[in-house]
Amino acid sequence: MYEVLERSEIFNVHKMVIKAPEIANSINAGQFVIIMGSEYSERIPLTVSDWNTDTGTITLYILEAGISTLELARMKVGDSLYAVTGPLGIPSEIKHYGTVVLGGGCYGIGGIYPTARACKEAGNKVIAIIEARYSPMFYHEKELHAVSDQVLYATVDGSRGRKGKVEDVVTEMLEKGIKIDQAFFMGCAEMLERCSEATRPYAIPTKVALNSIMLDGSGMCGACRVSVGGETRFACVDGPEFDGHKVDWKELHKRKRAYAEQEIVVYQSYSHECLSEKKLRGEL
Amino acid sequence: MALTTKERMAIERHRMAEQPPDFRNRNFEEVPYGYTPEQAVAEAQRCLSCKKMPCVSGCPVEIPIPEFIALAAEEKFAESARLIKTKNVLPAVCGRVCPQETQCEGQCVRGKKDIAEAIAIGNLERFVADYERENDLMEVLKIQDKNGLKTAVIGSGPSGLTVAGDLVKLGYKVTIYEAFHRGGGVLVYGIPEFRLPKKIVEAEIGALEDLGVKIYYNSVIGRLYKVDDLFHSMGFNAVYIGVGAGLPIFLDIPGMNLNGVFSANEYLTRSNLMKSYLFPEYRTPMIVGRKVAVLGGGNVAMDSARTALRLGAEKVTIVYRRAREQMPARAAELHHAEEEEIEFRLLSSPVEIFGNEGGWVTGMKCQRYELGEPDESGRQRPVPIENSFFEFDCDQVIVSIGGQANPLITKTTPDMKVNKWGYIEVDPWGRTSKKFVYAGGDIVTGAATVISAMGAGRRAAKAIHEDLMKESDETFTQGWW
Ligand SMILES: Cc1cc2nc3c(=O)[nH]c(=O)nc-3n(C[C@H](O)[C@H](O)[C@H](O)COP(=O)(O)OP(=O)(O)OC[C@H]3O[C@@H](n4cnc5c(N)ncnc54)[C@H](O)[C@@H]3O)c2cc1C
Ligand SMILES: Cc1cc2nc3c(=O)[nH]c(=O)nc-3n(C[C@H](O)[C@H](O)[C@H](O)COP(=O)(O)OP(=O)(O)OC[C@H]3O[C@@H](n4cnc5c(N)ncnc54)[C@H](O)[C@@H]3O)c2cc1C
Ligand code: SF4
Ligand code: SF4
Ligand code: FES
Repeated sequence: MYEVLERSEIFNVHKMVIKAPEIANSINAGQFVIIMGSEYSERIPLTVSDWNTDTGTITLYILEAGISTLELARMKVGDSLYAVTGPLGIPSEIKHYGTVVLGGGCYGIGGIYPTARACKEAGNKVIAIIEARYSPMFYHEKELHAVSDQVLYATVDGSRGRKGKVEDVVTEMLEKGIKIDQAFFMGCAEMLERCSEATRPYAIPTKVALNSIMLDGSGMCGACRVSVGGETRFACVDGPEFDGHKVDWKELHKRKRAYAEQEIVVYQSYSHECLSEKKLRGEL
Repeated sequence: MALTTKERMAIERHRMAEQPPDFRNRNFEEVPYGYTPEQAVAEAQRCLSCKKMPCVSGCPVEIPIPEFIALAAEEKFAESARLIKTKNVLPAVCGRVCPQETQCEGQCVRGKKDIAEAIAIGNLERFVADYERENDLMEVLKIQDKNGLKTAVIGSGPSGLTVAGDLVKLGYKVTIYEAFHRGGGVLVYGIPEFRLPKKIVEAEIGALEDLGVKIYYNSVIGRLYKVDDLFHSMGFNAVYIGVGAGLPIFLDIPGMNLNGVFSANEYLTRSNLMKSYLFPEYRTPMIVGRKVAVLGGGNVAMDSARTALRLGAEKVTIVYRRAREQMPARAAELHHAEEEEIEFRLLSSPVEIFGNEGGWVTGMKCQRYELGEPDESGRQRPVPIENSFFEFDCDQVIVSIGGQANPLITKTTPDMKVNKWGYIEVDPWGRTSKKFVYAGGDIVTGAATVISAMGAGRRAAKAIHEDLMKESDETFTQGWW
């Protein structure tokens, strides 16, 4: 089950194509899966960036952040994942909006692709905006170009596209008077907040794919709760997409740091294990 | 040699030996060690084999209690366990978790004066079931010929496992879809290891698989497939929904989203299912609280409090709105919690949780309550006392004040009736308003008990069998003509 069929790496974003035919058959744009690499792993949510019903596969882009993503990154073609649960979350709302802007950073570059594709199929003008630190860090571009009317780039060092980030491109567009009927953003929480602030003055309807900490992904635990418009919502079943202008960002940022200490402990114990493994193999 | 009634009456109830409180409060091993065969026989000899069998009327699934106890008294332990299993497929579980004092033991004649003197029916049930399993005497059950009909069971909690077991024995092809990566429902993610060792649940699930039940894990129905898909694209003839209650309730007070505030579901799932008490070997992190407050007074609250203690908390306080006598937890759990020096702040309810700059819990403000007029349930209603607030420090709050129906399935099955709280409406046999869809357990009743969930499963299996047999007779006659 859940065999890894393809692996590649672009800086520390890891592409993984996994055999999961049932999920490939039922997934829609904007949904995610929860993965355990091994029996010992934590359950972590990952957006499904592409799927293929013929081959029965799903594609994930995994940003190496801590222990769980590192363990996934170490998996090779032929290995199998212990558990892949999905699809989870409510699919992106797809309709004829007019002009749709989709902004993606880090794992969101791949993550926005299915929503972009679906928006295109629904007859929208699709503008994708993607950001990275510098030019070679972009990925999944060919696919994104195929479903977008325009792909705009932003890099921190200015090596490709506009120097800056997604929100800078959005602000520039809005200042120029370009009409945006709907915006979608996916990436780290800080980026989501900045992009939401960029569209707020222009009252552009803005959806953000939130990434609060999750456990079961089916509404049972409340770990993923976020405040949206003064109400507590569960990101895994009521989201992950919410109105970016209504999210309580301060709370979200704090909640995301809940396990910061433990993340270090586990990381250290892991590097310790790696060291002893290496010692055993006589590599040290 | 049969004993006389007088001799039987002279024997005192055998308590199970347990880990001492100041030792067990730092480990996750089961608290009671279990009976020795000698103790079990002696306890069984206390039973008077009453003709009217009041104990049986107290058991929701009507286990033939005097008969199984008589077999135990004769040291026929495996036979005894098999007799229980004609009514209850999970005796090792129920012996440990049933609220015996309000069920079987509550009706036992020997407990009329003092409930502590009732026959230890639960302990005996646990003993014979453990004996059977530990000595590899579990019977390979006979299965009727496959009848070619396919049934799907959603959820692998006690009610789903019961339906699956009954149907596979009747010759159905049974497929269970479970949302988590392991089976057992609350038995594995909720009830802690120190109260119900997970190997028991694993053995039961293994036995079902040996009978040919297929379990698909990681399958959230309502998302992966809708109930209608199970009929149309997957070709099932009937579907049983046993998904439990699910959604946690949080209080509507300031501070509920601070770091360190957990639902009991999250707290217990991290610890039990994800084994974060073995962190970092198991990767799922858990924050160890120093001073932990647990809100609620049921089994879930006791389990959360005792888990917090075992994870390393210095002090654990249970905050409950009503009085001790009104706590819905099993007597044994309350007793164990008290022995382990969990603090109880009764007739109190939080009004605010305080936090610091970083968003972490630092303390709690509560209001005192007193008991007023009885409510519909006959329990005295707690009423807040004006201007009687108190505060105390804590760095973790575990909310165990109950749950709600998870709408994942009901929302995607709009032609199935639910009541105003979102629980599925069924007839006494578990039939929902949708043809060939059945439901039982917590998703019908709201949070209840393991044995009631199993009883519902048992009835539904009968209904499924009856309805499908009728249907296939009809199709058969139709085809014939
Ligand atoms: C709906 C959703 C979709 C996501 N899609 C992707 C994706 O496609 N690709 C990708 O690389 N990442 C994605 N993430 C984020 C990803 O789940 C986290 O980066 C991952 O869990 C980090 O685990 P770690 O052990 O490697 O890092 P850690 O060291 O544990 O943590 C690094 C950071 O990740 C966050 N995090 C930790 N555990 C969880 C958890 N169980 N759930 C959510 N966040 C957590 C924390 O805020 C922490 O600051 C998504 C998150 C959500 C909620
Ligand atoms: C901490 C705790 C302690 C308890 N202690 C006791 C006790 O001592 N004695 C007692 O009698 N009772 C106790 N109970 C109550 C008892 O456990 C429940 O009443 C009983 O487990 C209900 O059984 P069920 O089969 O209806 O549901 P559950 O046990 O809740 O099982 C439901 C299963 O369905 C799965 N599921 C949910 N949604 C989906 C979906 N969409 N698709 C697929 N699968 C899904 C879940 O993952 C779960 O495995 C306790 C409960 C808790 C939480
Ligand atoms: S199943 Fe529960 S109520 Fe029935 S006899 Fe056993 S312990 Fe008592
Ligand atoms: S009521 Fe008590 S003593 Fe009488 S048969 Fe039942 S268990 Fe035995
Ligand atoms: S992850 Fe548990 S409720 Fe959302």
